[in-house]
Amino acid sequence: MRFLTANPSYLQVTPLALVILLFLLFPVATIVIVSFWDYNAYQLLPDFIFENYEFLLTSSVTLSAYLKTFFFAITTWVITLTLGFTVAYYLAFYIRSPLLQGVLFVLCTVPFLTSNIIRMISWIPLLGRNGLVNSTLQEINLIDAPIEWLLYSDFAVVLAFVHLYTLFMVVPIFNSMMRIDRNLIEASIDAGASAFQTIFQVVVPLCKSGIAIGSIFVVTLVMGDFITVSLMSGGLSASVGVLIRNEISLLQYPAAAAGAVVLLITVLIMLSIMFRFINIKKEL
Amino acid sequence: MSFDDKKDLKDTLSASAEPKQERSGVSRRGFIKAAGAVGGAALGSGAITGFPMIWAQNIKDITLRQFGTGVSNLNAIAQKAKEDLGINLELTALDSDAVAQRVVTQPRSFDIADIEYWICKKTFPAGTMQPMNTSRLKNFDKISQLFITGKLNKDSEIAQGTAPHTVGFVEGKESVQFASEPTDWMTLIPTIYNADTLGIRPDLVGRPITHWRDIMDPAFKGKTSILNIPSIGIMDAAMICESMGEIQYANKGNMTREEIDATIEILKAAKSDGQFRAFWKSFDESVNLMSSGEVVIQSMWSPAVAAVRAKGIACKYQPLEEGYRAWGGGIGLAKHLSGLELDAAYEYIDWYLSGWVGAYLNRQGYYSAAPSTSKEHMSADEWGYWIEGKPAQGDILSPDGKVMETAGAVRDGGSYWDRMGAVACWNSVMDENKYMVRKWNEFIAS
Repeated sequence: MRFLTANPSYLQVTPLALVILLFLLFPVATIVIVSFWDYNAYQLLPDFIFENYEFLLTSSVTLSAYLKTFFFAITTWVITLTLGFTVAYYLAFYIRSPLLQGVLFVLCTVPFLTSNIIRMISWIPLLGRNGLVNSTLQEINLIDAPIEWLLYSDFAVVLAFVHLYTLFMVVPIFNSMMRIDRNLIEASIDAGASAFQTIFQVVVPLCKSGIAIGSIFVVTLVMGDFITVSLMSGGLSASVGVLIRNEISLLQYPAAAAGAVVLLITVLIMLSIMFRFINIKKEL
Repeated sequence: MSFDDKKDLKDTLSASAEPKQERSGVSRRGFIKAAGAVGGAALGSGAITGFPMIWAQNIKDITLRQFGTGVSNLNAIAQKAKEDLGINLELTALDSDAVAQRVVTQPRSFDIADIEYWICKKTFPAGTMQPMNTSRLKNFDKISQLFITGKLNKDSEIAQGTAPHTVGFVEGKESVQFASEPTDWMTLIPTIYNADTLGIRPDLVGRPITHWRDIMDPAFKGKTSILNIPSIGIMDAAMICESMGEIQYANKGNMTREEIDATIEILKAAKSDGQFRAFWKSFDESVNLMSSGEVVIQSMWSPAVAAVRAKGIACKYQPLEEGYRAWGGGIGLAKHLSGLELDAAYEYIDWYLSGWVGAYLNRQGYYSAAPSTSKEHMSADEWGYWIEGKPAQGDILSPDGKVMETAGAVRDGGSYWDRMGAVACWNSVMDENKYMVRKWNEFIAS
């Protein structure tokens, strides 16, 4: 008791610690434990075997799924970063009236009032063989035959990802841009810097934290996704998430758990690399 | 008569309950004895007053929780069950994998499981269900021989895969061992089944389709699809490979590792050649692929074909020379059911076989397990079109009253006996299931 009165911070941190324990550490621990179990067609068999990992880490399927997932993650990251930065920059520096700024910002978030599955599916009639894009292009005689790779391809997957996740870049970058002291921009221009020099040597370093937070969102979301990949690729490509999902749906929980553990470790490594570049705590 | 009996019964019940409240010192054993006596009286009166009425009174307002795949979990059936029997049916529709999962892992979450026979092979040995005593079912002898002996006619051959009769019976009441001969203990009462084949767009394929191998025709490059549910997709793939003459399977429903490897190799090669436009997982996806013209030939389910046609788009459920891939589902009882709930479940199952539901399912293009009873609930024209393969005399309506076909139309594939008699393989679960799923993943990720 005396210990607690001397260190009330322990008491203060208890609720959060309990929440994390219950909703994060406990489930993760369960997944780790189950990943060592054995299974057959309809039952989980408590055991301690390495077979799930052995298969996972030696299979060529895992490798190709990871390569595919990295490809999606990196492409999406580059595109959403470019787009998100541009949009945020425009909102923060070109729109002068705070009211209009607010309105435009809210406008950006409007699509998020619908479910992301709907936003994804709405691309399908647009991109299909006889879809809006193809039929328009054919009507104005730009192409003779429909473009096949618009739908059910990696292009479609990346397009959907960009559509879904760009806002996760815009918001944190916009937020950190708004906190940049305008005098710094003025000083930079006064010191003779060009517009590009100002952006890359003043604005970008100052919104590093926003970029980092946005990147964490986008990369983790894409790494763990299964529904976008399977819908937009028409089931033709498989990300790590798709493999895990397939295993879950076939009751192969231990194999899925092993897959999840490996994915978790991969994403944690990626995040630790990102944190190496930017100290978020300091920047906030 | 029975109504009065029921009232008397109620009086006895409340009479026996009251003393218990007054004399709190009554022994537990004494109370159980009394309860047993009341129960006995209830059974006795049931025997006297005739079978359906008394049960229909007793089981009134009992709620049974049924879950299963979307195909037969129909609200119309629940409503009619409420009207006829007075029981409340709570339906939950899930996909087949989720169903299998729930049967095994949450045995108390359901009273009646509506599962497919291949799922039954996987889940019944887990011991979460109880077999049904066939002598308690009045309509047992109406069930199609396909589910009893595996033979539609005396001279038909038994198809490969998990044929329903092989997992339809167990050795005894407590047994989870599938019996090789029909016994008095049935695992599932068949409810709904069909023969699947390829769906085509007759307006776009530009030539007659006669074999499973036609899906691999280079002319259809980038315009075909197969379903991405490993346990069913591998069967369609096997039908295709066998038709191409690439592989001869000993049993398509239970492949060896070598057979699985060879099948997946052929699929992978076709995929890298761009033969497939997409793989579908749900009913709606297959309808969209077909109606948007993304594919012209693909694996399909019968109601999906009807859905495409309902949009005014030509679509044919093409019978093929090698035969059909068939599937069947049935309803079974949860282990925990007992007493009045069990009686209600038996009554419900008997009602299911008694014709109304069968006619309803027949009108959707499925087949009912007890054809003779459903005939009484269909018009001669309906019976002729759906079952006998005769040209329709007038409009053929769907169960909800929409016009599906007009006069002169003939069902794709012909009569019940033509279609169900040409089954090459039943949906199944293989001994090498784990290996197969890994290889299937390899194919999808390739």
